[in-house]
Amino acid sequence: MIALKETPQIATMNIDGISVEFTEGETVYEAAQRVQQSIPTLCYDPRLEAFGACRLCVVEVEGIRNPVASCTTKATAGMVVKTKTPAIEKHRKTLLEMVASENRQVDVDPLRGFASQELTSLVVDYDAKTGRFQGKQSGKTNTDDKNPFILRDYDNCISCYRCVRVCAEQEGDFAINVMNRGFETQIITEFGNDLRDSSCTFCGQCVQTCPTGALADMKALRAADKPGEIKKTRSICPYCGVGCSVDILSKGDSIVGVQPAMDGPANEGALCIKGQFAFDFVQHDDRLKKPLIRRDDGELHECEWEEALDFTAAGFKAVREEHDRHAIYGIASGRAPHEAAYTMQKFIRAGFGTNQIDNCSRA
Amino acid sequence: MSNPLADMEKPDVIFAIGTNMTECHPVAATRLKKAIANNAKLIVVDPRRIRLAEMADVYLPIRVGSDVALLLAMAHVIQREGLLNKAFMEERTTDAEAFLEHIKEFTPEWAAEITEVPAKDIEQAAIWYGEAERGSIFYTLGITEHICGVDNVQSLCNLALMTGHIGREGTGVNPMRGQNNIQGAGDCGAVPGNFPGFQACNDPASVEKFSKLYQTPIDAGKGITKVTALNECGKSIRAMIIDGENTVVSDPDRKHCEHALKSLDLLVVIDIFRTETADLADVVFPATSWGETDGVCTNTERRVQRLRAAVPAVGEAKPDWWIVSEIAKRMGVPGFEYDSAKEVFNELCSISPIYNGLDWDRIDKSEYQWPVPDKDHPGTPMLHEGEFKNGRGVFKVLGYRDPAEVIDDEFPIWLTTGRRLQAYHTRTQTGRSAGIDYLLPEELLEIHPDDAVALNLADGDTCKLSSRRGSLEIKVKTTDQSPRGTVFASFSFADVPINILTGSGYDPVTETAELKVCAVRVETLA
Repeated sequence: MIALKETPQIATMNIDGISVEFTEGETVYEAAQRVQQSIPTLCYDPRLEAFGACRLCVVEVEGIRNPVASCTTKATAGMVVKTKTPAIEKHRKTLLEMVASENRQVDVDPLRGFASQELTSLVVDYDAKTGRFQGKQSGKTNTDDKNPFILRDYDNCISCYRCVRVCAEQEGDFAINVMNRGFETQIITEFGNDLRDSSCTFCGQCVQTCPTGALADMKALRAADKPGEIKKTRSICPYCGVGCSVDILSKGDSIVGVQPAMDGPANEGALCIKGQFAFDFVQHDDRLKKPLIRRDDGELHECEWEEALDFTAAGFKAVREEHDRHAIYGIASGRAPHEAAYTMQKFIRAGFGTNQIDNCSRA
Repeated sequence: MSNPLADMEKPDVIFAIGTNMTECHPVAATRLKKAIANNAKLIVVDPRRIRLAEMADVYLPIRVGSDVALLLAMAHVIQREGLLNKAFMEERTTDAEAFLEHIKEFTPEWAAEITEVPAKDIEQAAIWYGEAERGSIFYTLGITEHICGVDNVQSLCNLALMTGHIGREGTGVNPMRGQNNIQGAGDCGAVPGNFPGFQACNDPASVEKFSKLYQTPIDAGKGITKVTALNECGKSIRAMIIDGENTVVSDPDRKHCEHALKSLDLLVVIDIFRTETADLADVVFPATSWGETDGVCTNTERRVQRLRAAVPAVGEAKPDWWIVSEIAKRMGVPGFEYDSAKEVFNELCSISPIYNGLDWDRIDKSEYQWPVPDKDHPGTPMLHEGEFKNGRGVFKVLGYRDPAEVIDDEFPIWLTTGRRLQAYHTRTQTGRSAGIDYLLPEELLEIHPDDAVALNLADGDTCKLSSRRGSLEIKVKTTDQSPRGTVFASFSFADVPINILTGSGYDPVTETAELKVCAVRVETLA
């Protein structure tokens, strides 16, 4: 049997002169986050086990000679931490310069993914010049993979392993892994196959956690050259009943992509292939744009709203008069919002005084 | 769901039955995977060797439609092994005695004959669930889409009541709802037996309340279900308005369904595409889509959440509520002078006891799970905590019965239907989303390799698949995900309309179709 965690102990530490309460088991990084002491990271995703690879989150701890990675160091009572000393900041800048020199593309389109701006922002913040360390580069772009969803642009990979970890730890899919080390590091599938032939489910989580845009949303990137700002609109995924929170990405009047909402209560940043990539039905050419009415030739033809509405109202009235008020039946949608279902049942009940109403849950 | 989604990471024993969660509710499945990574035991019951089955500690490959037998035997073992939670049963339940007596005859050996699951595996599953500190049940349409759907659900409730795995963190009886707002449609009263907020149509006080609110006398007593209504088309039912449902592809027995809709005097369809159902209509209204519509939806854990428009509607499309209201106004029906979705939703909140504490602005951050009876109420992530809504949990005495249709010499193979990860329902949406075809270009009949050999079929061959209601041609894919003697297909592809074949029977209480079982014949093309 697995016991649920018992109520943890609360203790106090000091971060940059601020007294911080923390619960047992919290890391220095987590405690610092709560008091808005921002610490830069690249390999960190709050949903995953701390990894301690990028070393950007190092801090000074009183009594410990070398800086420690705040993401993997547990907070202890009485601990005194400094997050932004000149030595630490210099160390971070040098690290960023090394990373950035390998990572050739620093101007990354935000359509690539949720976290795609992380490296770019840090390089700008730290003024980390990219030309200082010339030399070898790791990761090779895999342009052979013909999948239409996930761009595998490993030229921009910095070996933070966030993609591998989110696939394993969060999704439990283990579709990708790391081959080799150092400059030879490459993110691959089993046997180097295309993603389609791996256990990848195309949930897109690797894309959304990538801090450099090396993994990118190919569907969103179709709109890269489209003019206009990217607008984000918080909504709920239109597919199953889990109710994942999403941000709809739009440029002008076009929906160009979807990103998971990291603070969505149902999904906490997760999505599946449908919620992530199956959004473009909305503006498909097949959408009905005008009402249709069946004419004498037996075919449906476009018509004006007034005609369609008047025809419908007259039709229901005629059925009620010729038959019975119970002869009219309404079926509400399990796909449309509450307001659709509510007005539909009200129409039947208020309009005909019956309960001749159902929805699509029986099939 | 009785419990919140976040609870899915907390059970120590997970009992998943009739749910292909990694394909149909993938994000919920990620939570189960975390529980499993944290050493929770996983019991999976499914006719098909689905991904969840691969992850299971014990997998029970049940013969389609035999769930009640399996669950009776599990109850038997739980009692026999002394795993009853007597304190819980004493305090929270009723009718236990008759039930405990009833299950004495249903041994695992008896169930093994019917379910084709080894008795020792049934015992193991029962013992693990019975011994669990926090046992949690998850199910989907594999439980409900049977002639005994109600009995199936009730059997699961019996197990939870015997063991007290309900009303606590990490436990519960948790159906996973399949559509983004199917819970909401019920919440809103779009059902024949309930007004909004599950106020019963046979409750005189509710009838009076709504007759007054809607300014017209409303019948006391239930209306007919959609299934009955389709049977009555052209007879007692003469006009129908269907919103956002591709009935002829998604419902069982397609020929019957098409015939029914064609025999109406008036068929009105509201949709975003010209679906196969819209093709039969006299008038079709273009609705605004997801991404274009402000509104509200409720998820499977009863969380009430906002949908927001990101872009303007295409063409002249209008919100569903506006379309229905305009029809109502033209007929002189009072109470449809709405200017916004917000007004409609706030009216719902004002008359629904489970939404009384909510309004359009309060749900902005998705914080509430109903019931939320008043403005000071924090919402109800977990149902049945401390007390059941109706007082005590009632044990139900029930027995196993065969599916409506069983295999015979003429139709010797079971067909079960379902969904696939990359397609949603009848593909009106996913079929129009770029790239999906790269992963799922066509529908395939999944058949065990041994069966394929016996039938002289190989991968990629087209076969003829027939039931008592019709036949179609479909390509074959051999896989040991299908057990011997059972084939599987989804109903997503319009060119392989699987629901021509289904529709052998309906649950007598809910009238839900037995979409998970029918007897078929598989043949090579002549």
